[in-house]
Amino acid sequence: MKPAPFRYERPATLEAVLALLDAHGAQAEILAGGQSLMPMLALRVARPDLVIDINRIAGLGDITAIPDGGVRIGARARHAEVMASPLVPALMRSALAHVAHPAIRNRGTLGGSLALADPAAEMPCCMVALGARIVTLSSRGETHHDAASFFHGLYSTARRPDEMILRIEIPPLGPQWRFAFLEEARRLGDYAIAGVALAMGAGEVRLAFCGVEPAPRCLPATEALILAGADPLPGLVELAPMDSDDAPEAYRRHLAGVLLKRALREVGHG
Amino acid sequence: MDNQTLSIACTINDRAIRATIPVRQSLVDFLREGVGLTGSHVGCAHGVCGACHVVVDGVVVRGCLILAVQADGAEISTIEHAATTSIGAALQAAFFERAALQCGFCTSGMILQAAELLAQNPEPSRDEIRAALSGNLCRCTGYHAIVDAVQMASARLSDIAP
Amino acid sequence: MTDLALPQDGWIGRRMPREDTRRLVMGAGRYVDDLACRGELHAAFLRSPYPHAGFRLDLSQAKALDGVAAVFVAEDLARVCGGLICPDLAFPGMVSPQQLPLVAERAVYQGEPIALVLADSRAVAEDAVELIAVDWQELPAITRLDQSLTQDAPPVHLGLASNLGWSTQIGTDLRDAFAGAALVVETTLDFARNTGVTLEPRGLIAQWDAGALELRISHQMPHQLQLHIAELFGVAMSRVRVICGDVGGGFGLKMHIYQDELATIAAARLIGRPVRFIADRMESLMADIHAREHRIHGRMAVDAQGRIIGFDIDDLHGMGAYSVFPRSSTREAMSALAVIGAPYLHQVFHARLRCALQNKVPTGQLRAVGNPIGCAITERLVDLAASARGEDRLVFRARNLLPEAMQPWTSPSGFRLFGLSHHRCLERLQKLMDLPKLRAEISDACASGRWLGLGFASLVEFTAPNSRSYGPTGAPVAAVDAVVATLEMTGDISVRASVSEIGQGIRQSLAQVMADAMGVPAENVAVLTGDTATVPHGGGAWASRGAAIGGEAAWQAGVALRAQILEIAAALLQAQAADLDIRFGQVVDQHGSARMGLDELSRIVTLQSYLLPDGMQGQLSVSRTYRREADSALPNNGIQAVLVEIDPDTGHISALRHWVVFDCGRVLNPLLVEEQIRGGVVMGLGQALLEACSYDSGGQFISATLADYKVPMADDAPDIEVALVETPYAGSAVGAKGAGEAGACAAPAALLNAVNDALAGQGAQISALPITPLDVLRALGRVPQA
Repeated sequence: MKPAPFRYERPATLEAVLALLDAHGAQAEILAGGQSLMPMLALRVARPDLVIDINRIAGLGDITAIPDGGVRIGARARHAEVMASPLVPALMRSALAHVAHPAIRNRGTLGGSLALADPAAEMPCCMVALGARIVTLSSRGETHHDAASFFHGLYSTARRPDEMILRIEIPPLGPQWRFAFLEEARRLGDYAIAGVALAMGAGEVRLAFCGVEPAPRCLPATEALILAGADPLPGLVELAPMDSDDAPEAYRRHLAGVLLKRALREVGHG
Repeated sequence: MDNQTLSIACTINDRAIRATIPVRQSLVDFLREGVGLTGSHVGCAHGVCGACHVVVDGVVVRGCLILAVQADGAEISTIEHAATTSIGAALQAAFFERAALQCGFCTSGMILQAAELLAQNPEPSRDEIRAALSGNLCRCTGYHAIVDAVQMASARLSDIAP
Repeated sequence: MTDLALPQDGWIGRRMPREDTRRLVMGAGRYVDDLACRGELHAAFLRSPYPHAGFRLDLSQAKALDGVAAVFVAEDLARVCGGLICPDLAFPGMVSPQQLPLVAERAVYQGEPIALVLADSRAVAEDAVELIAVDWQELPAITRLDQSLTQDAPPVHLGLASNLGWSTQIGTDLRDAFAGAALVVETTLDFARNTGVTLEPRGLIAQWDAGALELRISHQMPHQLQLHIAELFGVAMSRVRVICGDVGGGFGLKMHIYQDELATIAAARLIGRPVRFIADRMESLMADIHAREHRIHGRMAVDAQGRIIGFDIDDLHGMGAYSVFPRSSTREAMSALAVIGAPYLHQVFHARLRCALQNKVPTGQLRAVGNPIGCAITERLVDLAASARGEDRLVFRARNLLPEAMQPWTSPSGFRLFGLSHHRCLERLQKLMDLPKLRAEISDACASGRWLGLGFASLVEFTAPNSRSYGPTGAPVAAVDAVVATLEMTGDISVRASVSEIGQGIRQSLAQVMADAMGVPAENVAVLTGDTATVPHGGGAWASRGAAIGGEAAWQAGVALRAQILEIAAALLQAQAADLDIRFGQVVDQHGSARMGLDELSRIVTLQSYLLPDGMQGQLSVSRTYRREADSALPNNGIQAVLVEIDPDTGHISALRHWVVFDCGRVLNPLLVEEQIRGGVVMGLGQALLEACSYDSGGQFISATLADYKVPMADDAPDIEVALVETPYAGSAVGAKGAGEAGACAAPAALLNAVNDALAGQGAQISALPITPLDVLRALGRVPQA
């Protein structure tokens, strides 16, 4: 279980990364934390010609407050750093407790998790629920994506092969916001069979699931029912869950309902 | 495709090391094959079992999920160095006394992960210990004795430095 | 004949940590892959990606790759190594074709090795494997157990009329006995395939030197392997040295003979250089032995007084593509049948067994071999009977457990049961659990809407078999063990033992036995194992035999060496041997006064032998081989209980607490026995709740990573309370029985019963392992059936 040969570059500047992406885009993989890429390399599932290590680029992992509110998280911020930061919303901290294990969280990055877009991963659905903005960078400049439209499907995002994720901007959510993250996984740290991220403000609600559909997204019908104080479960007909032998469609749909009800209880709604 | 190599310099267990290595080699393979530090083990090579844990720049990482070339300039310490810290030594003594290992293949990774836990949380509960070690597979012990040993080390360390 | 001279305050029975583990906690273990060999090549295998496929190979590109030394296929290796045919003397009619180290022309299971690359590094060897051009012809395959014996099932091997690998019937016609029963309960249980997942994968370094082999390998029985290699390669045993250093877990997985290991040894011979092969985790999960795949139907008849009349069993067992060499895959099913009903008095027994060939890796002997199956069906039927009678499950058990006054007792299936302390264990368990208080807590919790369930399982396990078990089968499995004990000139004792250390702590346990036998402190005894060049021939590690057989050999060797040394001491001290003794490493007189150190005595014998009287040679070594003549196996016994909680909405099952009371006879070291129990319990928890070798509808193996094959992690396991009851085996001096596997025997049964207890109020039943949350939701009707 050794990776197939690849070429390795570790540029020191963003410009150098972009030049490599321009030249090799689809044949290159960006190595940030490597906690998903490295196993895929070892299993020879990922077979890039070029691995671009972005760990040498200064400032790419910074977590800073945005002056007029909110927080800016560099793409290479490690999960453990995000978890420990007082600046990030509580939703992310509680979701990160479900992300793998301490040694993985010491190395894995927020940007990496979003770029991979594993349907069962916790961070993408948190981004949707938080209304985050995902900023990508290419030699053409920055592109700002709403998280809700960034995730296109299984391991598929709006990021183009010549782009890298640069940072994530999470809008200010005042003290009236309440959050809940809940998931069902076979073991602690396993990918979720189903998980829910819920953010509830005054007259506003956002929720997104992981593990249920191929990609997290906003669920307006369900959100409307919640805001109306109605039973939200009928809204979940808008879900089109994935189907597999070990987690069939009906099971994921059932869990989505269970977790949503629990999340609403946890934020004091219903 | 060519088998690209790179030269790196790093500190391993307080020793300066220079080496030229294939870029596709993992850190744990380099430590074992290139440096001769065989205390870190390869149990799965795909990031699930934790037997390969090493400390890179102060944090515990999976040695199979980081390329050796990424350790260029880094400070690395392994189980062979654990006895130089009070927490590491206390854990090693407690694992021995409490029979918290059988085949011993997981023990290096387990001890390094437990050491990081005790550094962050000197008096963890049993549940906290179980959660912190939940990325380290032990097939032999059933974990109970490991949790006991971590608590034992924790108690002794807080006796020394209350 | 338990030795009354066994010291009451001796080393046997002391809680002592293992000296061996001082190294291991420092990272100073020496596992196979830690031992690089100058000039070595690395092996990687092309394995079949299909469960059944013909193939044609083009090796030219692979051979041309830089760094590749050789690529071998079946016909290359056939020049130096023979094929394997599982001996079938005890299983007449068993179907299991010859297995070659590399399969030729047609692979019959996914993961079967086809070609072997030798290269400068494992990475380059893997590159070359990818360059082997293969023309695959996929063939119809059968992987599902329930379809393996149907009329239209494709044959596992071309030309087979049926996939029935072996079948048998045991016992007598039950019609009359069952017709008169007041109650007959029945159930069918399905068990998924499990595998061992030793954290250290299988691995070896083979080096031939002028026709002699030095083999370093992670293995459980070096001597047996030595004999196989001698026979398969046509060399004398004395030319084969097998060395097992630190072994990173065995669990039975590392006692089989694997195609890839033989191929590596053959390749090393052909190429004339050392070869290292370390299985990666994907290879391990796919091509290590699997085990435990059964569909078992059981009926149990009970009379009006609630006494068990008997059992009627129908077991369908998945063998895989071959009967595993050399012990045979059928062995697991026979072990399962042997323990069905074994804790309970009953009158009649009948079983039908069918072992089915499948296009899957062979199933072999994994820790607790068959016992989890036999225990689960028994204990499930017992719970169903108690429930049908409307009585407490422990009351039903207490009535039916084999009383001590009736022992020895031969069961209707022909097994002799003796020395079992069921009722004492049951009583002890209820105290350990504080059962009345616990039951009150459970009913309070249930009243507040929580779903808790308590499960129990009694067990009998047949351990430490003598040669009647394997001797008649034709498999070269030694049931004897040997010990050579030597007094060194520093006054310490070297013990060279044929048992194998695989993490269970047998070296520490033998040191404690030797300490008592010799009269020296345990720290003055060093036990060496695992090297055929230095330790005598014997069984190694299997069937929980180290303490009962190896321990007895150590005791006998120690007693004999002590007597020999006292003879020498008597001559040197001009005293009578009968008036002397050895205590704490000193020869003492009747008053307990030290007269001579063992170091001094040893130096005189070796370096100043002119001081010995005429005619005395002064032997400082003793060799003893122990075979147990009576009792073909030593039954142990115990009872387990587990408390589970089920989340009614997600189906998630959590094991909250687990209790074990266990009797393995004389306990050599309770610290180590308790940890063997705990480890076994959690392995059983894996079987019950998590572990499954999974295949998709096309027969593709889909659990080839540790993310997919889910073993219990620290957060999945509960605290486990263990209490030991000691009923020494009366037929040996030390009195030990086997201990290493019992935890895994009964834990799945206890968990299955606990989950069903938690679901009892919902009218839902679970009858397949592992029990997934999805299974629970389906049983509850909250998610539709597949």
